Amino acid sequence: MISFQDVSKRYPTGFEALNRLTFRIDRGEMVFITGHSGAGKSTLLKLIAAIERPSRGQIVIDNRNVTNLSRRRIPLLRRKVGLVFQNYQLLHDRTVFDNVALPLVIAGVPQPEVRKRTRAALHKLGLLKRENALPITLSGGEQQRVSIARAVVNRPPILLADEPTGNLDPALSEEIMQLLEQFNQVGVTVLVASHAIDLISRFNKRIITLQNGRLMRPEADEQPRTAGAL
Amino acid sequence: MARGAILSRSPLGAKVYIYGQAHLRTLLVSLGRIWHAPLSSIMTTAVIGIALALPCGLYVLLANLQSIAGGWDNTASISLFLKIDTPPATARDVAAKIDQRGDVKNVRLISAAEAMAEFQESSGFGDALDKLERNPLPPVLVVTPAAGARRALPANALLAALRTLPDVDLAQLDMEWLQRLQAIMDIARRGVTSIAILLGLAVLLIVGNTIRLEIHNRREEIEVTKLVGATDGYVRRPFLYGGVWYGLLGGVLAWLLVGGALLLIDGPAAHLALLYRADHQLIGPGIKGTLLLLGTGAALGLLGSWLAVGRHLSAIEPR
Repeated sequence: MISFQDVSKRYPTGFEALNRLTFRIDRGEMVFITGHSGAGKSTLLKLIAAIERPSRGQIVIDNRNVTNLSRRRIPLLRRKVGLVFQNYQLLHDRTVFDNVALPLVIAGVPQPEVRKRTRAALHKLGLLKRENALPITLSGGEQQRVSIARAVVNRPPILLADEPTGNLDPALSEEIMQLLEQFNQVGVTVLVASHAIDLISRFNKRIITLQNGRLMRPEADEQPRTAGAL
Repeated sequence: MARGAILSRSPLGAKVYIYGQAHLRTLLVSLGRIWHAPLSSIMTTAVIGIALALPCGLYVLLANLQSIAGGWDNTASISLFLKIDTPPATARDVAAKIDQRGDVKNVRLISAAEAMAEFQESSGFGDALDKLERNPLPPVLVVTPAAGARRALPANALLAALRTLPDVDLAQLDMEWLQRLQAIMDIARRGVTSIAILLGLAVLLIVGNTIRLEIHNRREEIEVTKLVGATDGYVRRPFLYGGVWYGLLGGVLAWLLVGGALLLIDGPAAHLALLYRADHQLIGPGIKGTLLLLGTGAALGLLGSWLAVGRHLSAIEPR
């Protein structure tokens, strides 16, 4: 589903965030990416969503080479990739419903369908009662659930989460991770960047460890593939 | 329901329908944004309205002057004084020849005798003139130019042509002052056009700057929408529509300002017309002018926001 071939990312400042990374993530797999801050976790996710472009190497997503994706085609890639952020990235002047409906509206889904699917996503994440609330009135855990609802509302095959539990307490963190796992169980390929080793090691999933932009290969290879991997 | 019927008709029909719906929604959303920031919106609209009202008002003023001058135009004529001893028959021949010209509407012959009679009647020198041995007045041809030849240039060409006729002693274009007035109005029209262009540029800059600020204020929103798969077109649309709204609202305000000004001067103008025994009514912008004003406003708004969007929107990418 996602394949990195010898990918490096050097920022204009000269900082080498990723260094000759090669790995593969299968369809329907759930993978944690961990490492110290600055190890390149976020950069890796940003490369998949074409928020950043690689300096070298090749990235293939869903059998499509997206290394040199034209600017015009980036939106279509992003509609296949749900994104969840540490700081939620919600629009504060719009209701929970409108936030979650945004990807559908952007994709030009007809109104009745938008309502149906948005309600379904809100229901799945237990937010139906808050649909008319503004994000600012919600707790951190609820805001993160809104952001997850928005990421999955158009049923993307890939879900990326960048430190989704960074601002949450342990109990809420566990709950959010379980939610992400639930989407994986219905076939979504899920990538979670997190430095909460204790938390992610409780899930029996592959863990990719980055150190200074390089893959810590022995550890990554030793990780057992889960039964869900194809 | 009709909606369902359209959706099921064809994928293309459905696409067009959805596209139209998305545009309509954006149109309303962008109006909503203006509505929700009333103070800054009113100020922007006011500046645009005043900038549009000035050239529009001047054009209306010119149109009124034009129509007054146009009323006088009909009386413009060329007086051809024939040589003193031209026999009446020759005068009639000359008149007939001139009458056949394309740029002449009609020719009236005032024979020497008629001229004398008229002069005697109106001058009060009746008895004195009786004592003259011979009539000192020449026959006169009053030539009314055809409608197309009433403006300064063709009228002068006609005058020059008539002046060279063998039996003509003196040719005089009456109402030369009217031509001067028209020349002045031509200059005024150009002046107003330059003012209109400058103020149009000002509207472009105002809208551009307003949209630029709006883009700046909505930076976060733009980033988020791009993250969830918005195309450049989708992000651009509300700002373009916003520009159109500003231009359109400015146009409406300009129309109100010009209308108000006309109402203000309507009374005094009617009084003035009465003093000149003229039957002149003030001309407003009219339907055509109104549509032109609103269209110009909307077009300038669109162009201004287009420039701002092109420059500033592509610089915003999610990080």
